[in-house]
Amino acid sequence: MKKKRKSVSYAKWGYIFILPFFICFLIFSLIPLIDTVRYSFFEYYRSGIKEIGPNFVGMQNYISLLGSDMLKYAGNTLILWVIGFVPQIVIALLLANWFTDIRLKIKGKQFFKVVIYLPNLIMASAFAMLFFAMFSTNGPINSILMSLGWISEPVDFLGSVIGTRSLVGLMNFLMWFGNTTIMLMAAIMGISQDVFEACELDGCTSVKRFFYITLPLIRPILAYTLITSIIGGLQMFDVPQILTNGQGNPDRTSMTLIMFLNSHLESRNYGMAGALSVYLFIVSGILCFFVYRMTNGNNDDGYGSKASKRKLKDARKGRR
Amino acid sequence: MKKRVVAVMMAAVTAAGLLAGCGGRGTDSGSGDAQSTEEGKVINIYSWNDEFRTRLEAVYPEVESTSDDGTVTTLKDGTEIHWVINPNQDGVYQQKLDEALMNQADAAADDKIDIFLSETDYVYKYTDAEADVAMPLTDLGIDPDTDLADQYDFTKTTASDREGVQRGSTWQCCPGVLVYRRDIAKDVFGTDDPAAVGEKVKDWDTLKATAEELKAKGYYTFASYADTFRVYSNNMSEPWVADGETTVKIDPLIMDWVENSKEWLDAGYLDKTVKGQFNDDWNKAMGSSSKVFAFLLPPWGIDFTLNPNWDGEAGAWAVTNPPQEYNWGGSYIHAATGTDNPEHVKDIILAMTAEKDTLLKISQDYLDFTNTVSGMEEAAADDAYASDFLGGQNAYEYYAPVAENIEIAPLSAYDLGCVELFQNSFSDYFQGNVDFDKAKENFETAIKERYPDITEVEWPE
Amino acid sequence: MKSKKAKHGQTILAYVVLILLSFLCLFFFYILIVNATRSHADLQKGFSAIPGSYFLENLKNVANDGSFPMFKGILNSLIVSTCSAALCTYFSSLTAYGLYAYDFRAKKAAFTFIMAILVMPTQVTAMGFLRLITNMGMYDSLLPLIIPSIAAPAVFYFMYSYLQSSLPLSLVEAARIDGSGEFRTFNRIVLPIMKPAIAVQAIFTFVSSWNNYFVPALVIQSKDKMTVPILIATLRGADYMNFDMGKIYMMITVAIVPIIIVYLLLSKYIIAGVTLGGVKE
Repeated sequence: MKKKRKSVSYAKWGYIFILPFFICFLIFSLIPLIDTVRYSFFEYYRSGIKEIGPNFVGMQNYISLLGSDMLKYAGNTLILWVIGFVPQIVIALLLANWFTDIRLKIKGKQFFKVVIYLPNLIMASAFAMLFFAMFSTNGPINSILMSLGWISEPVDFLGSVIGTRSLVGLMNFLMWFGNTTIMLMAAIMGISQDVFEACELDGCTSVKRFFYITLPLIRPILAYTLITSIIGGLQMFDVPQILTNGQGNPDRTSMTLIMFLNSHLESRNYGMAGALSVYLFIVSGILCFFVYRMTNGNNDDGYGSKASKRKLKDARKGRR
Repeated sequence: MKKRVVAVMMAAVTAAGLLAGCGGRGTDSGSGDAQSTEEGKVINIYSWNDEFRTRLEAVYPEVESTSDDGTVTTLKDGTEIHWVINPNQDGVYQQKLDEALMNQADAAADDKIDIFLSETDYVYKYTDAEADVAMPLTDLGIDPDTDLADQYDFTKTTASDREGVQRGSTWQCCPGVLVYRRDIAKDVFGTDDPAAVGEKVKDWDTLKATAEELKAKGYYTFASYADTFRVYSNNMSEPWVADGETTVKIDPLIMDWVENSKEWLDAGYLDKTVKGQFNDDWNKAMGSSSKVFAFLLPPWGIDFTLNPNWDGEAGAWAVTNPPQEYNWGGSYIHAATGTDNPEHVKDIILAMTAEKDTLLKISQDYLDFTNTVSGMEEAAADDAYASDFLGGQNAYEYYAPVAENIEIAPLSAYDLGCVELFQNSFSDYFQGNVDFDKAKENFETAIKERYPDITEVEWPE
Repeated sequence: MKSKKAKHGQTILAYVVLILLSFLCLFFFYILIVNATRSHADLQKGFSAIPGSYFLENLKNVANDGSFPMFKGILNSLIVSTCSAALCTYFSSLTAYGLYAYDFRAKKAAFTFIMAILVMPTQVTAMGFLRLITNMGMYDSLLPLIIPSIAAPAVFYFMYSYLQSSLPLSLVEAARIDGSGEFRTFNRIVLPIMKPAIAVQAIFTFVSSWNNYFVPALVIQSKDKMTVPILIATLRGADYMNFDMGKIYMMITVAIVPIIIVYLLLSKYIIAGVTLGGVKE
C-alpha cells in the first residue's frame, strides 16, 4: 500500500522527463505530418511554376497509387533490402561476438573495431561516386578481373539487373555493417560479465554461449536493429538514387519506394506524395509491430521486456 | 492592399533618400538619372553557380567591387548586387527559386528577386506567359528588334513565350559541331582537312556510309548513342507537349534517333561499353587509347570536357560541320516580374547580352561562344581566335554558320523531364535489357510519375 | 582438446574475415585520398591507384577560394553536429529513462506513440517542415537543424532497449533511499551507466547530421551559414569552367577529417569495452 502511493508520487517525474521530447516532436514533426496526411486527400501539385489545387479528391490519390507501379517498387525495395541486410546482420553478429569474446585473442582487435565503421563516415553521395567509377565498364574492377583472366570481356555491372542490385546491396552492406556491429557490441557489453564467467565455468562452447546466452540477452537491441533496419530499408533512397541517377535502371528494377516518393516531391505533387507516405507509414507500422512482437516474446504489456530480464536473473541464479 | 502600397512607397522613399546620399559624389555613373532614384538599393540575382557573376565582374563597367566571399557586388552608384546561389543538385536551385518567385508579391522591396537565370532545358518553365514570372523585355524598355538585333535568332526564340514575346536574353550560345581525331581521319580518309571531313559527315546518310568506312578500319564513329540525341531533339518541329495539352507527343525525329541508335549500336558504329555521357567510360573514350573518331560538342564541350580528357599532344583534334545544326546548353538572364530595380536590370541585360565589345571580351576571357552575329563573324576571320588544341584551327569558322542556322525546336515546360526520361528508358532497349514496347511503356510510366498533369503519350506511326 | 582446436580454427576464420572487411573499408578511403591528390584532368582520364602530386594544389584551391567558405562551413557543421548529438543523446536518454523508470497513466500510450512515429519516413514532412520554419522566422538559421534532434524516436528506442538490459530498477530505488533527487539520480547514476549507449548514438547522430544534405539545403540560404555537404554540392554544381573534380575530392577528404577525430574520441568507449560498473551487485 505504502509502496504504491510512493510510485504515484513519482509519476509526475515521468511526465517531466518525457516532456521536452513531446513538445519538440509536436512542433517540428507533428504539424508537418498533419499537413502531409491532409494533403493526401487533395489534388495538389505544381505544373511548371503554376500551382494546381488544392482540390479535395477524397481517396483518389490512394486509389491511383494502387494502380501505379507502387507494388513493383515495394518488391524492388524488399529485394534490395534483403541483399544488403542479410549479410549485414550475419557479419555484424559474428563480429560483435568476436570483439566481445575475451577468450578469443585477436591481435589488433582495436584497430579492426575502429576500421569497420569508417565507410559510414563518407557521405553516401561521395561513396556512390567512387563506386560508380570503380565499377564502370572500362573501370578498374573490370580491368583487374580481366587481367586475372576471370572474365574475357568487361562486365557491364550497372547495365544488368543482378549487377545493379548487387552493387546497391554491397554499398548498403559496407556502409552499415559497422554501425550494426557497434550497436550489437554495446548491447553485448551491457550484459554482465558474470553471466559469461558463469558460462565459462560450466564449460560451454563459444557457439553455445552465443546462441543460449548472448542472443537471448541482447534481444531488445536485436529487435531495435531489425526495426531500424526495416525502416531504413523501406526508406532506402540515396544509394540507388545516386548509383542509378534517380532512374532505378535497368528497367526500373532498382527503383525504391522513396525514390518513387522523391519523384513526386520533385514535381511538388503533395497529394500523391502524401498518400504514398501514408501507405509507407502503415506498412512500416505493421512490419515493426510484428518484429517487435516476435522478438519480445508474448509480453502482454507491449513495452517492457521482462523476458530478457528474467533470463538474466535465471542466468545469475544458475551461477549461484 | 493599401497597406502594402504604403509600405512599398515608404521603402522607395527611404531607398531614394539613401541613394541620394551616396550618389551625391559620383553622379556621373548614371545614378544622377532621374529614374534611377526610384530604384531599390539591392539587386537580388538568383543563380546556381558563379558563371554569371564572374562574367559580370569582368565586363560590366558599373562594377565597383565584389566582397571576398562573392556574395555582394557593389556597383559604382552604391547599389548592391546580392548573389543568391543555390546548388542545382537535387533540384534545390529551382525549388528555392520557385518558392521565392511565388512569394515575390509579398516580399519587401529589397528582398524581391530582380534577376534570375535559367538553362535551356527548363527556360520555358519561366518564360511561360501564364506564369508571368519573367518580364517581357519590352516592359523593361528593351526592344528586341533593335536593341538585340545582333543576337542569334534562335536564342531570342528560346527565351520567348508561345506568343513570341521575348522574356529573357543570353550572352552565350552553344552551337554544336563535330569534333574529330585528325589521326583517325588521316588513317581512314587519307586527309584530316576539315572541309574534306565535313563532306564525309554532312548529313546522316553520308555519315552512315562514313561510319562503315571507319568500322572497316576498327574505329567507332561516336562514343555513345546519347551523343547524337541533341542533334535530333533540337530539330523537332513540334514541342514535346503543346501548350495547354496534357499529352506528350513523341516527334518522329525522336523515333528516328531510337531506330538509328539501335542500328548503329548493333552495327558496331558506336562503342557498346559507353553508356550515356559524363561518366568515366565516356571520358575515357576521349583519350588517346580510344577508338572513337568523333564527338558532337558545343564550344564549352570542346574546351572544358574534351580538352582535359585528351592525354596526347595538342593539335590532335579538329572541328567540322555537324550532320545537322543544333544547340546544346546556354544560360538565360530574366528580369523577375515585380523587380524594384527595372532600370538597373535593363542596364545589366543590355550590357551583358547586347554589347558587341563586351561579348567579344567574354569570348576571349572565358571561351564562351557569345551572342553577337557580327562579332562572331569577325572572330571567325580573326587568327587570334585560333586554338592550339585544334592544331591552330579557328573553330569559330565552323561555330558561326552553325549558330546562324540553328532552328531551335519549340520548347515546353516539360522538356527537362522528357529529354532525361526518354534517353533513360530507351538506353535499356539499346542495351537489350528490355524490348521496344517495354521501353515505350517505361517512358510512359516515368513521365507520368514526373509530371502529374501528363495523361497520355502519343507515339508516331 | 577438441574445443581448443575449434578455437584455433575460429581465430583463423576471424582473422580472414576481419582482414578482408578492413581491406574493403580502407580501400575506399585510400581511393578517396588518392583522388584528392590528382588534378581535374587526371581524374577525368579515369581511375588510378597511384597518388598524384596535386594534393597541396587542390588543398590550396579549396582553402583559398574566397567565394568558398570552407573553414566557416566546417565550423557550421561542427556546431550543428555537436549540438545535435548532445541534445539528441541527452534528451533521448531522459525520455527513455522517464518511460522506463516511472509508472504513470500515459506511459503505455506515450510509448506506443513514439514507436508509431519511429516509422515515419523523414522525406515526407520536409515540405511542411520548411513552411513551418519559415513561419517561425527560423529560415536561414542553424537552429532548425539542431533543435528537432531533441525528438529522435530511433535514438529513444535504442536508449530504452539499452536501459532494459542494463539498468536494474533496484539501483534507482537505492538512490532514492540515499535521498538523491530524481534529476540528480538521472544525471549522476543513470547517465554514467548509459555511457556506451550514449557514445554509440552520439557518433551516429553526429555523423548523420554531418552528412545531411537534404534538410540543410532547404533551410540554409546565406553562404556564411552553409554546412559542408551544401558546399560540396556547390562545388559539384560549379559551371564548366570552374568545375574541378580534384577540388571536390579534396573537400570530401577535408570534410571527413573532423568526423574521424570525433569518431576516434568517442570510440574509446566502444573500444575499451566499458564494463558496466553500476550494474554489478
